[in-house]
Amino acid sequence: MSQQLLGSTTVADDTRSIVSPSGSPGRRGPGRARNRRAGQRPNWLGGIGAWIWFAIVALPIYSILITSLRPQEGFFESNQLLPPTNPTLEGYALVLESDFFRYLANSVIVTVAAVAITVFVCVMAAYTIVRRNTGVTRAAFSFFLLGLAIPLQATIIPLFYMLSKAGLYDTLAALVLPSVGFAIPVTVLILVNFIRDIPNELFESMRVDGSGNWRMLFSLVLPLARPAIVTVALYNALNVWNGFLFPLVLTQSPDKRVLPLSLWTFQGSFTVNIPAVLAAVVLSTLPVFLLYLFGRRQLIAGMTAGFSK
Amino acid sequence: MIAPAMAFFVVFAIIPLAVAVYLSFTQWDAISDPTFVGLANWTSVLGDPVTIRSLWLTLQIIVVSWLVQTPISILLGAWTAGQQRNRAVLGAVFFLPLIFSSAAIAIAFKAILDPNFGLSASLGLPFLKQDWLGNQQLVLYVVIFIIAWQFVPFHTLLYQGGVRQIPASLYEAASIDGAGRVQQFFRITLPQLRYTVVTSSTLMVVGSLTYFDVIFVLTGGVPSNGTKILPILMYVTGFSANEFGPASVMAMILVVIGLVLALLLTKLSGFTKMTSQQEGA
Repeated sequence: MSQQLLGSTTVADDTRSIVSPSGSPGRRGPGRARNRRAGQRPNWLGGIGAWIWFAIVALPIYSILITSLRPQEGFFESNQLLPPTNPTLEGYALVLESDFFRYLANSVIVTVAAVAITVFVCVMAAYTIVRRNTGVTRAAFSFFLLGLAIPLQATIIPLFYMLSKAGLYDTLAALVLPSVGFAIPVTVLILVNFIRDIPNELFESMRVDGSGNWRMLFSLVLPLARPAIVTVALYNALNVWNGFLFPLVLTQSPDKRVLPLSLWTFQGSFTVNIPAVLAAVVLSTLPVFLLYLFGRRQLIAGMTAGFSK
Repeated sequence: MIAPAMAFFVVFAIIPLAVAVYLSFTQWDAISDPTFVGLANWTSVLGDPVTIRSLWLTLQIIVVSWLVQTPISILLGAWTAGQQRNRAVLGAVFFLPLIFSSAAIAIAFKAILDPNFGLSASLGLPFLKQDWLGNQQLVLYVVIFIIAWQFVPFHTLLYQGGVRQIPASLYEAASIDGAGRVQQFFRITLPQLRYTVVTSSTLMVVGSLTYFDVIFVLTGGVPSNGTKILPILMYVTGFSANEFGPASVMAMILVVIGLVLALLLTKLSGFTKMTSQQEGA
């Protein structure tokens, strides 16, 4: 984000700025000449299209924000397009009083646990797949990749059955465990690709110094693979944080409720109090929004993890 | 050290598939134990016109979503790959839908589209004042629009990355030869993006099975026939009607569709060769 701002304020009309607003590592050559060649007409068509899409994106978000600040009294008579004349935080207060912090805590617990376990087991697996290149590890890798094609929806009924049998239905663990299972394929894929690029000489020199697997993992792989680890952690965290289907199917009681599911139940219990429902939407999105504000490039790298090449 | 990851993966992703196969041959209501019924569920589900209609609807939503999202994403990706100041600012807004959960997006749009006190009622345009979610003919397109709203930013990001990989020399050569912007787009940008198109399409098609959340929330958990795509039909059959046997058959159909689509796209496109080919660009 800081680079973004820097880029947009200093670049102005200099094409060859060092601080590009994109900062994309993959860019080759000094800037794309296409956009800023002297004498070329400005791209009106593209500009108009972009503003239309801007309106499509911005209007609903604007509507969510102003509606969440609208007082419930007179709500149905007011013009939804204009900001409220007497904005109020009543909706937000109602949401915060309705056990919001419990749901937030549940979401945090589930997300942190799932991501921590995923990253831990996947770093070990990826390290082994890269370093011990045998038939077994290659087969294991292909097997993991198969998981990319399994639709998560198809497993909710058997998972419901299995977790009920195991006495885990309606626990936070019932959300963490399958989330880990489904995060593993893509995480292993990304980590393997990254760890493969660590020069072999580094491993060799550590081995000569008498380091075992664990030591190599902690002193070599973890520090060097940190960008990839941050990326997969963010990618998985977003998926778990926003996940709706597992909580819907695998939990029931209010004290096990996570944020996306709480939106669903708020909507059921507030029904006509639309400002409060939308305040809940805003509040549940706030943590990710803060992440977007302060670590936009990391977050975006995390979202397109492994795909944007 | 592969064992822990393998254990999680097998227990929570692979074994469920086997359990789904087992459940598809049983009658189970989530209270008593499953009882074996042979092929009864399979014949009833595969012979049911409701299933066929649901499959058809699923196909429609996948195809139309692809047709809507791909051109928009390519154009926006190419546009935001540029470097003017306003593009960086607009770009920051373009990607905002990425931060919302499906549940949040669905709930917000449900309020916005309300025919009586939603945003559309206040815009003053008569044709916008419709029962968007209640009208069986409209609701599918409303769902496709909302899904596009949610996922276009992600695919725009992919295309933006793709466009930025295109060497500037290609454009320079083209403009020396007198090619205009439109020509450059069709002769250079689009052909150069072919591998990004494959990546994005694969994710879009395989991911379209996940439109469950949006549809479920948008329709208040009681989806009408206009929105009963296969995952929704499966959920309703299982968790609302307590017929987990037939629902498991639908789950198996989903798995088969997922695997076939993934295989087809991989084979058709040489997806696995993607990286090496791009290196040579």
